[in-house]
Amino acid sequence: MTSWLVRRFAASIAIVFAVVTLTFVLIHLAHGTPFLPTGDRPLSPEVIARLRAQFGLDRPLPVQYVKYVAALLRGQLGESFALRRPVSDALADAIPHTVTLAGAGLFVDFLVGLALGVYQAARSRRFADVALGNVSLFFNSMPTFWLGLVLLLVFAQRLHWFPVGGVGDPVLCPTVSSARCLADRLWHLALPALTLGIVGAAGTARFQRAAMLEVVGQDYVRTARAKGLAERRVVLVHALRNALLPVISLLGLALPFLLTGAVLVEWVFAWPGMGRLTVNAILQRDYPVVTATALAASVMVVLGNLAADTLYAVADPRIRIRSDA
Amino acid sequence: MNAWKWLALAGALAAALLVAGAVRRRARDSAAGRRFLRHPASTPGVFVLAFFVTLAVAAPLVAPYDPDWMPGIVELQNRPPSRLHPLGTDIYSRDVWSRLVYGARISLGIGALAMLVAVTLGAAVGAVAGYFRRWVDAALMRFVDVGLALPRIFVLLMVVALWEHVPLAVLVLLIGFTSWFGTSRLVRAEVLSLREREFVAAARALGARPGRVVFRHVLPNAAAPIIVSAALGIGNVMLLEAGLSFLGLGVPSPAPSWGSMIFDGTQKMAVAPWTSVFPGLAIAVVVMALNGIADGLRDALDPRREAA
Repeated sequence: MTSWLVRRFAASIAIVFAVVTLTFVLIHLAHGTPFLPTGDRPLSPEVIARLRAQFGLDRPLPVQYVKYVAALLRGQLGESFALRRPVSDALADAIPHTVTLAGAGLFVDFLVGLALGVYQAARSRRFADVALGNVSLFFNSMPTFWLGLVLLLVFAQRLHWFPVGGVGDPVLCPTVSSARCLADRLWHLALPALTLGIVGAAGTARFQRAAMLEVVGQDYVRTARAKGLAERRVVLVHALRNALLPVISLLGLALPFLLTGAVLVEWVFAWPGMGRLTVNAILQRDYPVVTATALAASVMVVLGNLAADTLYAVADPRIRIRSDA
Repeated sequence: MNAWKWLALAGALAAALLVAGAVRRRARDSAAGRRFLRHPASTPGVFVLAFFVTLAVAAPLVAPYDPDWMPGIVELQNRPPSRLHPLGTDIYSRDVWSRLVYGARISLGIGALAMLVAVTLGAAVGAVAGYFRRWVDAALMRFVDVGLALPRIFVLLMVVALWEHVPLAVLVLLIGFTSWFGTSRLVRAEVLSLREREFVAAARALGARPGRVVFRHVLPNAAAPIIVSAALGIGNVMLLEAGLSFLGLGVPSPAPSWGSMIFDGTQKMAVAPWTSVFPGLAIAVVVMALNGIADGLRDALDPRREAA
């Protein structure tokens, strides 16, 4: 088990390193440069040349890469061109917002998804199951950002139930200092989290329904029924516990989905998280921020996979036999 | 919009009904076909897909206007749905319904072509990795791990940034090149078990070269997971294209892809919601149809799963 963990961990580090290298090469090859002689206050060619020299952009790409990796190993992420601040500060500001949104989205996703899946499996092939199945297939099929736009249109712009974007009221509640401000944050969180959660829940429900139906046919479920247990207890305790196993791995795999889904949802809801930071950085050719966000994103994805695999191996010893594959 | 265009729309619906009916009749003759039909979403899926494919093919007949025609950019912009413009007009006074019809060509075309690239690549890589195993397998699968670890939209955003305006053909190839990782894993798993079967040993004993064994004997027998993942994949690609276009980085603006239509409409979403709502709805309906068909195909091609 330990050697398996060590091997998986080494592979994870290699993957993250490969991702960072790939990102570095790609974004430096992109047309355009971070300092442009355009905009409302055009920079003179001399200033641009000085800025490029200051950030080391006049050196050949391999030299820049070696310097970047060396700095990275010392824990330095560099300085953002566009934000004029250390990249680590920008990341430290953005990550909590993304984690909050992804966490809330995941919560809605699994709460609604599990409940729906269990209910549908219990009503298998009857009207409620088919109807709910089609509804969740429909939600699972829409572009996440488009659902966000529609929710925004209906609940924020027409009904004024929710704010149109942002993480909180910047004037009254710049920080979470009171219960009222916490409520304000949750109020701002509701629509983006629902957007992410609903689309995810539709997929989770389909998955959970199939897992439940597979388990319900097993002998121990029949035994539980034969013992005279209440149907409620059979479904919620005996069947659900075993049907949860595949969902655990889904939890880890849902992380990249939430991160990528979150890029566009953050864009729609003006949510100052990793997605917005990344997209802006790519558009502005802000090289250090792009590579740093790729690093952070791949670390999260790899950790999610690792966590899911570990949980899975702990829950089911049979997994470990072919874990080196 | 005149009577002829309504007639053409009715014709497209009739054609889709005919296709769905024909598929049902053909499917009823085999056990696999009956399993396909038993899935509640498969027949409606075939109908919806056939309808949108008909629209795409017959776009000039169905669309009432030129999709790029701007009759009056000031006085006719963002008009609500009316008899003249059944789905309203957009911010440049273009007819939303006409753009939706022509957009079917681009959105479905990108979906189908990019998926063709992705499935071909995924099947080839998965087959080679699964058949040759050892270091080939290890190297290829580590590469796939990296591909799966990177959020796809990040990669695409960065690669699209290599061009000032990304050409459509390049966009299709890029989406294809970043969408094959999942397929290759599925195919590899299938090939790993197929390569131990007698018919593979027989082919080898007859002196067939590895390339021939993999592509003529092993891969055709792994068709089921490839077909299902292709059907699911077209939908995913369409969603991806929509996301890219929504950020203004996908299909360049005058061309009416459904994603770029949503993008064009977002600025005036509060005044003219129809400009963004209808193309999004079109994406959702088509992707749902594709998912329904994929579910049906999975039931049809894998009898072991039939119980679910």
